[in-house]
Amino acid sequence: MSPNHPNPESIPVFSPQLAARFDALVQKYPVKRSALIPMLLYAQDEVGYLSDAVVAEVARRIGITELEVRNVATYYSMLRFRPAGQFNIQVCTNISCLLRGAYEVYERFQEELGVGPHGVTPDGVFSLEEVECVGACCWAPAVQVNYDFHDELKPDLVPGILSGYRGKAKAGNNGASSLEKKANSKEPHA
Amino acid sequence: MPDVTFTVDGKKLTAPAGTLLIDACRKAGIEIPAFCYYPGLSLQAACRMCVVRQEKVPKLQTACTTTVAEGQVFVTESPEIAQARKATIELLLGNHPLDCPVCDAGGECELQDMNFKYGAGESLYAEAKHHRDEQQWSPAVFYDRPRCILCYRCTRMCGEGMDVWALGVNNRGADSVIVPNDGQQLDCEQCGMCIDVCPVGALTSGSYRYKTRPWEMNHVSTVCTHCADGCKVTLGVRSTTDGAEIIRADNRDKSGINGDFLCAKGRFGFDFVESADRLTKPLVRNSAGKLEPATWEHALSVAAKKLKEIRDSRGGAAIGVIGSNRTTNEENYLLQKFSRTVLATNNIDHERTTDYASFARALAGHPGKTASLRDIASACAILLVGTNPTDEHPLLAWLLRTDVRLNRARLYIANHAPIKLERQARAMQGLPPNGYKDLTTILDRGETDLAKAVKAEESLIVIFGSEIRGTAIHNLVTWGLNRGPNPDSVRFACLGDHSNSRGAADMGLFPDLLPGYVPITEPGAFVEYADLPPAAGKTLSQMLDVATAGELGALLVVGANPVSRAPLNPAALKNTFLIVQDLFLTETATLAEVVLPAASLYEKSGTVTNTFGDVQIVRKAADRAGVKPDFEILVRLAEAMGGPIKGLVPFGRAGTTADLGQSRGAQSGEADRHAVWLEANGLEPRLSPFDPFALFDEIERLVPGYAIDRINLIAGNDVHSEPASPGLVPVTALAGEDFIVPAHDTLFTSGTLGRYSAALKQLEEHQAKELAKSAAD
Repeated sequence: MSPNHPNPESIPVFSPQLAARFDALVQKYPVKRSALIPMLLYAQDEVGYLSDAVVAEVARRIGITELEVRNVATYYSMLRFRPAGQFNIQVCTNISCLLRGAYEVYERFQEELGVGPHGVTPDGVFSLEEVECVGACCWAPAVQVNYDFHDELKPDLVPGILSGYRGKAKAGNNGASSLEKKANSKEPHA
Repeated sequence: MPDVTFTVDGKKLTAPAGTLLIDACRKAGIEIPAFCYYPGLSLQAACRMCVVRQEKVPKLQTACTTTVAEGQVFVTESPEIAQARKATIELLLGNHPLDCPVCDAGGECELQDMNFKYGAGESLYAEAKHHRDEQQWSPAVFYDRPRCILCYRCTRMCGEGMDVWALGVNNRGADSVIVPNDGQQLDCEQCGMCIDVCPVGALTSGSYRYKTRPWEMNHVSTVCTHCADGCKVTLGVRSTTDGAEIIRADNRDKSGINGDFLCAKGRFGFDFVESADRLTKPLVRNSAGKLEPATWEHALSVAAKKLKEIRDSRGGAAIGVIGSNRTTNEENYLLQKFSRTVLATNNIDHERTTDYASFARALAGHPGKTASLRDIASACAILLVGTNPTDEHPLLAWLLRTDVRLNRARLYIANHAPIKLERQARAMQGLPPNGYKDLTTILDRGETDLAKAVKAEESLIVIFGSEIRGTAIHNLVTWGLNRGPNPDSVRFACLGDHSNSRGAADMGLFPDLLPGYVPITEPGAFVEYADLPPAAGKTLSQMLDVATAGELGALLVVGANPVSRAPLNPAALKNTFLIVQDLFLTETATLAEVVLPAASLYEKSGTVTNTFGDVQIVRKAADRAGVKPDFEILVRLAEAMGGPIKGLVPFGRAGTTADLGQSRGAQSGEADRHAVWLEANGLEPRLSPFDPFALFDEIERLVPGYAIDRINLIAGNDVHSEPASPGLVPVTALAGEDFIVPAHDTLFTSGTLGRYSAALKQLEEHQAKELAKSAAD
């Protein structure tokens, strides 16, 4: 209902591929609104965050109010309403990672990037956040960058990880398509 | 569902299988506390206050989601349960501020009551409380997040109850907040139901907040003065230097047809009573042609002298009377009796908003065919023809929605425009704006979805708005009566506007009909009226025509504003002596020779009849120095004209004499109980000519359909009246169809009264802004 977002009818919010995927998704469940969370995740991967336009478009496609979309979306910390960096670094600080030095790793990321929690680097390449368990306890400490895992970390491994992604950023690969791979993969973090 | 027997706290209880334990217990007088559970709304099980111990179940169970089955054993109060509830309250108090001394809900707060009961005076959570600033979402609704206990009653009430879905919950856990649909603003119907159901002071009302403490008010149960649905409303009133003011309107005791429902008008639109524009002194036009304040004695004598002079010199036919859609039944009855027997004229009418007369005529000889509003709450199938109840009949819309949601009722809508209730409808039938007359043909043909579905319904309530008039009413009623093998299975309701337009029609504010739609030509029981003029009088527009021609000597207007309704050249009334009784200096009143300041419906007693024919009692709540009820004004006017007023109002010795109970022995309380009995039977002595119930006795005796269950009426219940009772003679020729002008009030307008309600104007402006915003999107 925000007055500032563009009319969803006039500007396509999603790419044709994603729009087609959503058309199929809403047909898949007995009630349309079951498609809400997957739609929000896919939309965030493509657009980068849940803009007002995304919220309005998802609401329109499911036939619920924008308020209902926000009720659900605000519940989940993995859904965001502000743009993140091209590579969103999620550092797990749950118990296993914590015991094996996650905070040292987290601090090293902050130093290397020059940003604090929920910060985005000025060039927009990286953003950093502390998250709850990412399911990689056996290889703690672990971080998740978009959909890629990096485990058994030490602070000294941080610069190498970052330079790898800087290279990808220059090559213009934002890694969003890795979601596709992930969705088809059986092993969550192989 | 078959009944099952189960044990609660050692007591054997019986309830239908599947009943919620909390409901079964409440019915049996065992109270189980709950914040999130609210009867009629979906289950939430969020607050954990209703936990009980069920035998053979390892953990405490929530009584609000446990359904009863044969042989179950429950314990609802034990040290273990008390401890669990106390712990829940301690968690709630982790963030809840203890600002009870300034909180609106203080004294009627469910969290306070629970603290008191479980002794959770302090919380073990020592962390600093989250504070968030209060937000104003609309002129009516304020939100104080720290006080919120996240019971979700407001969001469910708004969504399920009102079908508005304007409230949601964002974020998670202790960060959760209730959010309105337009960011920081509420774009909704502004009914205030969210405030009403809030168990604490998190949602507060723009009109009530920080005004008073609940225990400083007196609470008076009366009937809303706005639309024609007749919601019961409890007014919180407080004394002022010049009377008593209304501070709050709600219906938390859930009495009446409406339960706890009220719309924006009922809940916030009472402030016209306190308007600075209110007339508090009679006005008389002086020799310079200006209206100037006068005493009641002077104003009444000027008016009475002129009326008497015109009656005696030119006859009653030179006098016209226009009655009100908002005054009580007793006042309407008195007005027509005064007109016919004192002013000797049948020139009496009111501003008709629907065709009740044709409805009564169509149903003559078919008793038991009118639906009460209460019937709607449990009807299996309803055909709604015309009108938009969401705006014009909010309670009807609420009952229809609730009936569809809780009882799976089938709603069928025939309308010329899209209306919000279509969301609840099983089938719809679009009609051209002038196509309502063809509806019965469409229904008979049985080709459309709606016609087929309606045909298959065994029982049906047909509700129609003012789009259906005259012969169309006759056709629709005839269709209904002949539609199936079982004529008992159909009932009808006719929708009008304003709080007592039905009463105005029932009480004979017609030139050709006496009270109860008895034709003037065959007056039946009304032969006891002295000197009843035999011929039909003039309708409202005929009176105005005659006045324009300079041939109407005097016009008495009670609580009506005919000048604004029919655009009229102000000079048209210059040869007519105009007397106006009203709350405000309306367009009509500014033209008057004498203006008499009248009391509003909230400042008088009597009865009103809603558009379904349900009669309810009105009790005086507010008071304003200087004004008088129309009843008293009319009696005083009759007295000033020199007429014997005992013929008008049967009071004193000539009325019923009764035993006050003194003869029944000296047992304490006997006289009191006897007085209750006398009141219930209409036998208490009527000692004052201003006692509306003196006249109610006569209405009960003479008006067909109004011999109603008095004890229920006095107890504050709605009692259905039946104007189509066998006493009614079918009318053959009725003038009137053309004079019907529906008010088409919205959620925030209410005829003249709405214009003087600052609260309703603010809400209207707020919603106009919201509409402009969403249009810009």
